[in-house]
Amino acid sequence: MSRRGAGALALIGLAVILLPFVHVTLPGFFEGPLDSPGTLNLLALCFVFGALALTYDIVFGFTGLLSFGHALYFAAGVYVTAIALARWHWSLPQALALTAVVALLLPLALGAVCLRVHDISFAMVTLAFAEAASILVLQNPFGLTGGEEGLALGSGVLPAALVGVANTAHLYWIAAGLLLATCAIGWWAVNSPPGRVWQAIRENERRVAVLGLNPYAYKLASFVLSGFLAAAAGVAYLLLQGGANPQITTASFTLVLLVMVVLGGVGTLWGAVIGGIVYEYLDFRLLEFSNASVLQNLPPILRVPLSEPLFILGVLFIVLVLFLPEGLGGLLRRAPATVRALPAEKR
Amino acid sequence: MSTIVLLIVTGLGLGALYFLIAAGLSLIWGLMRVLNLAHGAFFTVAGYAGFFAAASLGGSSPWLQWFVGLIAGTLAGGIFAVLTETLLIRPLYRRPVGQVLVTVGLALATLALVEGTFGSDPRQVSLPDWMTATTTILGAAIPNTRFVVLLLAVLVLLGLLFFLRRTRYGLIIRAGVENRAMVSALGIDVGRAFTLVFAIGGMAAGLAGVLGATYFGTIDPSRGTTMLISAFIVVVIGGLGSIGGSALAAVIVGLLQQFLNFYAAAGVGDFAVVLLLAAVLLLRPGGLIGRGSA
Repeated sequence: MSRRGAGALALIGLAVILLPFVHVTLPGFFEGPLDSPGTLNLLALCFVFGALALTYDIVFGFTGLLSFGHALYFAAGVYVTAIALARWHWSLPQALALTAVVALLLPLALGAVCLRVHDISFAMVTLAFAEAASILVLQNPFGLTGGEEGLALGSGVLPAALVGVANTAHLYWIAAGLLLATCAIGWWAVNSPPGRVWQAIRENERRVAVLGLNPYAYKLASFVLSGFLAAAAGVAYLLLQGGANPQITTASFTLVLLVMVVLGGVGTLWGAVIGGIVYEYLDFRLLEFSNASVLQNLPPILRVPLSEPLFILGVLFIVLVLFLPEGLGGLLRRAPATVRALPAEKR
Repeated sequence: MSTIVLLIVTGLGLGALYFLIAAGLSLIWGLMRVLNLAHGAFFTVAGYAGFFAAASLGGSSPWLQWFVGLIAGTLAGGIFAVLTETLLIRPLYRRPVGQVLVTVGLALATLALVEGTFGSDPRQVSLPDWMTATTTILGAAIPNTRFVVLLLAVLVLLGLLFFLRRTRYGLIIRAGVENRAMVSALGIDVGRAFTLVFAIGGMAAGLAGVLGATYFGTIDPSRGTTMLISAFIVVVIGGLGSIGGSALAAVIVGLLQQFLNFYAAAGVGDFAVVLLLAAVLLLRPGGLIGRGSA
């Protein structure tokens, strides 16, 4: 990474860390001032999804594995931690240790099976395993997952510093730290020697095999790393939401992840992060927008589609795929050099 | 005994629905190498189209209503599919991943639109009296809708096999599944065949949408997604691109689900199907009737 890039990153990082102390209102972007719990919570969620999108990009964008089951590992992070905390009354470190073990073993075991097949078959097997997990969660086995109602952590389960509206800033920092750590690990991984092999596999797997490397092992490593990091994002999501809901186990949720990554730009880490953040932000804001009075006065033919965030995002996604295949990241890269130079000059 | 007969017929009915969706998916994949995730949306839209077409004839004979709904749903599925192919898939012929992504966006947007317009609650479908009645076979009281669904699915299977084996376009499609480059090298317009398989697949999914409403007695926006996932499993188990394989796998999956969901516990059947998929893929990556590895 260039020194200029590193400097810009450090500035952004500093701004992100100090944000909870900034009492400024950005009308139109956020409901309350920047340091209000609502805004911080939204931003934290955006960070978590930015991190999650990045983990998906490692496996999809960098290794070329079209997995339709990535939601499973995110959900594993959410549910394992939630069950250990709320059902078994473990302490947070114990629960995290258990989650870490599961987050390693689960993608290792499932990846070992799924990676025996390729391309579309791989997509379908991963989808099938994720669907099986979704069914399992909905069945509420032994009363662990809470079925359709989800699983609320309840009071007294988490350390006091992580609970309550007044402590939203702490959760915000956790989310920011998670995003930072995920970015760092992701950046290190895709630039490491194995990371280069991943990209070679994406371009031409047979060639990698001919060169004497074993693509299977490298693909499995990519799968496990991204699954593990996704579970970590799941833990942060659980802390933010104070509970688990079965929505995040569904196949639709994986498709949403795919949308996030493509939105930002496949195969670039920061593109995926931006995609995740923008998606979550739009999803949240469009939901608020759907209740806006402006919308209520429109005729139904306009009001109904506009009040469905997923409709707008789906259409936006189609337009992006058709006309802007490189995603938002590609748009930035293609922008005139003067615009690109701006952040550097500020420094 | 009567329970077993009931489970067999119900499982076959469910398998019939899976087959109708899987047949289109399998043909589209076989010929075009497009994984069509919007196939569930065809199912859902057709279900609602059939529902409202039937409701618009309120007061006329229930059989006429049901039949008009069936035709309307099938046509709606076909038209939706052709529009999808010409407007969204065709511009992306050189970008296979883009094609999958576009169908993802279409599936999400359509689902949200249907939910926003008609609500997410299930709607009761009105059926002719005969269909809501039961017929007793070997002591088992079987809802007549099961027979209707089965009969139509078998007709579609026979029709498809006849079309693929005995007509010129069927020949082109089969040749295209085998080797697409060679077909176009022989001067045949494969693009028209693409639109054709989408039309056929969309109509089959549309028919499944209306028959699904007949089978379950209700329609709701989310069933399409569940059916699509089962159909995916059926397609892979049967072997991508093989109609006969899809039919066989649909029967296996439908029966397995019904029996285990009944005798073990709800959800176990769905689980077992996924395990079967994993087992088939590991032992025979090309599916039961597939050619070589996928």
